[in-house]
Amino acid sequence: MAGSFTRMIGGRNGAVLLASLGAGTMATGFLMSDNPLAAEVRTKLYPPSSDYPDLRKHNNCMAKALTPAIYGRLRDKITPNNWTLDQCIQTGVDNPGHPFIKTVGCVAGDEESYEAFSELFDPIIKDRHNGYDPTTMTHPTDLDASKITNGVFDDKYVLSSRVRTGRSIRGLSLPPACSRAERREVERVVVMALAGLKGDLAGRYYGLRDLTDKEQQQLIDDHFLFDKPVSPLLTCAFMARDWPDARGIWHNNEKTFLIWVNEEDHTRVISMEKGGNMKRVFGRFCRGLKQVEQLIQERGWEFMWNERLGYILTCPSNLGTGLRAGVHVRLPNLSKDIRFSKSLDNLRLQKRGTGGVDTAATGDTFDISNNDRLGKSEVELVQMLVDGVNYLIECEKKMEKGQYIKVPSPVTQYRK
Amino acid sequence: MPFGNTHNNFKLNYKVEDEFPDLSKHNNHMAKVLTKELYGKIRDRQTPSGYTLDDVIQTGVDNPGHPFIMTVGCVAGDEESYEVFKDLLDPIISDRHGGYKPTDKHVTDLNFENLKGGDDLDPAYVLSSRVRTGRSIKGFTLPPHNSRGERRGIEKLSVEALTSLDGEFKGKYYPLKSMTDAEQDQLINDHFLFDKPVSPLLTCAGMARDWPDGRGIMHNDNKTFLVWVNEEDHLRVISMQQGGNMREVFKRFCVGLKKIEEIFKKHGHGFMWNEHLGYILTCPSNLGTGLRGGVHVKLPKLSVHAKFDEILSRLRLQKRGTGGVDTASVGGVFDISNADRLGSSEVAQVQLVVDGVKLMVEMEKKLEKGEAIDSMIPAQK
Repeated sequence: MAGSFTRMIGGRNGAVLLASLGAGTMATGFLMSDNPLAAEVRTKLYPPSSDYPDLRKHNNCMAKALTPAIYGRLRDKITPNNWTLDQCIQTGVDNPGHPFIKTVGCVAGDEESYEAFSELFDPIIKDRHNGYDPTTMTHPTDLDASKITNGVFDDKYVLSSRVRTGRSIRGLSLPPACSRAERREVERVVVMALAGLKGDLAGRYYGLRDLTDKEQQQLIDDHFLFDKPVSPLLTCAFMARDWPDARGIWHNNEKTFLIWVNEEDHTRVISMEKGGNMKRVFGRFCRGLKQVEQLIQERGWEFMWNERLGYILTCPSNLGTGLRAGVHVRLPNLSKDIRFSKSLDNLRLQKRGTGGVDTAATGDTFDISNNDRLGKSEVELVQMLVDGVNYLIECEKKMEKGQYIKVPSPVTQYRK
Repeated sequence: MPFGNTHNNFKLNYKVEDEFPDLSKHNNHMAKVLTKELYGKIRDRQTPSGYTLDDVIQTGVDNPGHPFIMTVGCVAGDEESYEVFKDLLDPIISDRHGGYKPTDKHVTDLNFENLKGGDDLDPAYVLSSRVRTGRSIKGFTLPPHNSRGERRGIEKLSVEALTSLDGEFKGKYYPLKSMTDAEQDQLINDHFLFDKPVSPLLTCAGMARDWPDGRGIMHNDNKTFLVWVNEEDHLRVISMQQGGNMREVFKRFCVGLKKIEEIFKKHGHGFMWNEHLGYILTCPSNLGTGLRGGVHVKLPKLSVHAKFDEILSRLRLQKRGTGGVDTASVGGVFDISNADRLGSSEVAQVQLVVDGVKLMVEMEKKLEKGEAIDSMIPAQK
């Protein structure tokens, strides 16, 4: 399967042709052109204008970008894996808006979605990634952790450090679109590769379906276990189908390197540890990723990546590096200060509660991480996080001593 | 999903064992019937509108089992699903509908005059009476599968038909999309408003897509006749009123349905029906009459009697809490309705409710006086 694509078939006629070639005896028994429900007849009965979603009460990136004209041009297109525009946007149609964050409102079903539906995805990417223009710009990839400076934080403030990203296996459909067989194939490929990790990265896989009660409890206690998605942002994008088939968690024996299989992406890769040694966390992250990539390449597989969009993931918000590097940090004085938000903005950082996205902060401890994903490399983003957190800690220390602090100047966005 | 779904052909590149769902922990009708062999036999089929086997069973794969009821675990995406996937659906229908065979014929009887009695249920016990059914409109695919364009087409036709009704059926249509706050509050107070489905049985079958586009409620000025558009079926038709006059409720139900059907037929879109399965609805459990006729009735003593469940079973009735399916009873008040849908007519099913409830109220009265009811326990109907 690796690296082989059928030629993209544009238009409804191609789809009907495929259907009649492959369909079983019962279906071909029905005369397609006579039956009012046959696909080709229905496209005439229901032009794109009749299907265009009502987005007047919507507030997400997809609703902003999807004009009737674009919908009209893209509705009848399908990717080689037979994924359609309607399937990409269903989650955005079903979820008009999130109270705290501007959601993206669409997902990719496969790598080719970003090409076939580029007329919709490109403006969304530009909107979400602060002006990154996929038609003119290229995304840099840099996983050389040795370049990070000042990457060890004061343990008095930083309680834990973590870096996560995702990786998709080229040639297999993404979680919204994949069939059970494809999902099981992703699991097979990844688990086989992970079994080859050695030294501090050696570990084992726990398939969700066959977890013993004891294993489940341990994974919960370690804060490793992921649950069936309940967020309608994910369920409306068909990502919870067939749960828990082919889903699982792999982690190394030291519990510092963790991989989720077939949750919101093919894989989510996480490096973490208690304390403030972000340099070591990122170092392990890069090393682990490189080794996993090598192991799958030995078997003829590779990650989805291109120069335009970097690493390809299910949600357009995770394109590029797909990287969220963050810390749990105590900032009792700074967090109450009126200059806190502006400081975060200028440092291109975001705050979340310690339960992750959609949670509120408990006490004075915040999850602080990078805003950006696309247009800057992994090293650049982690350095920005490091510099930013160091600055915030300096402010906190100054405030403890009653000294003056100031809002940092804005960090530059893109290399020219 | 709407239109031709050629994704299915792509999946045929994978072996059967790789695609066959893991049903080892499942307990629903679909899981009981769908073997790997059967899956392999029919997985290459699709209906003309592109509905596939995986579409039919997705809700059953995603919902292994319900704690209280044996769920069906599959849905139809269009009228032809019941034909194209009969190898799966016929055994499920037989299992669910008391041994109904693929050769059996279903009788439809919506002549309210054939109902005997039903106007004298004691209102001191029977608080309200209600009859509901569903109807699907020919020429459109069903809620799990239809596109926005189709759903809007169904709504448009339905609104035309429903707002043209007169007499006791004269009323107004409230689209969910553009309801005012005042209208919404009123509909909630009347217990008419339906919500976006939250049950995973429905959401996993794709029925909540594009909510609230194309959905709405019509009710008559008297608030005794109500139609839901594009919820779990194209149409859900409900006749209801306070008190125990089930005869009147059923009459209004039959008359209203006939009027609506005439209007749809005039537009070239009659209801989906055939002589084997009766009225075609989304869920196989609602085939036949699709009718649930019931009352809210006070049975505090009878309901704790050791033989209550057996009595219900013999009367071919089922109990629910007063919040509907999946709820518990409050204050000894139960929702009692017919258990059957397929293989008996509308009149026959409502007759069972009328006769059965009458008997149970008499039993309740006997128990109030401290008398035994053993001699009253009926034979199996």
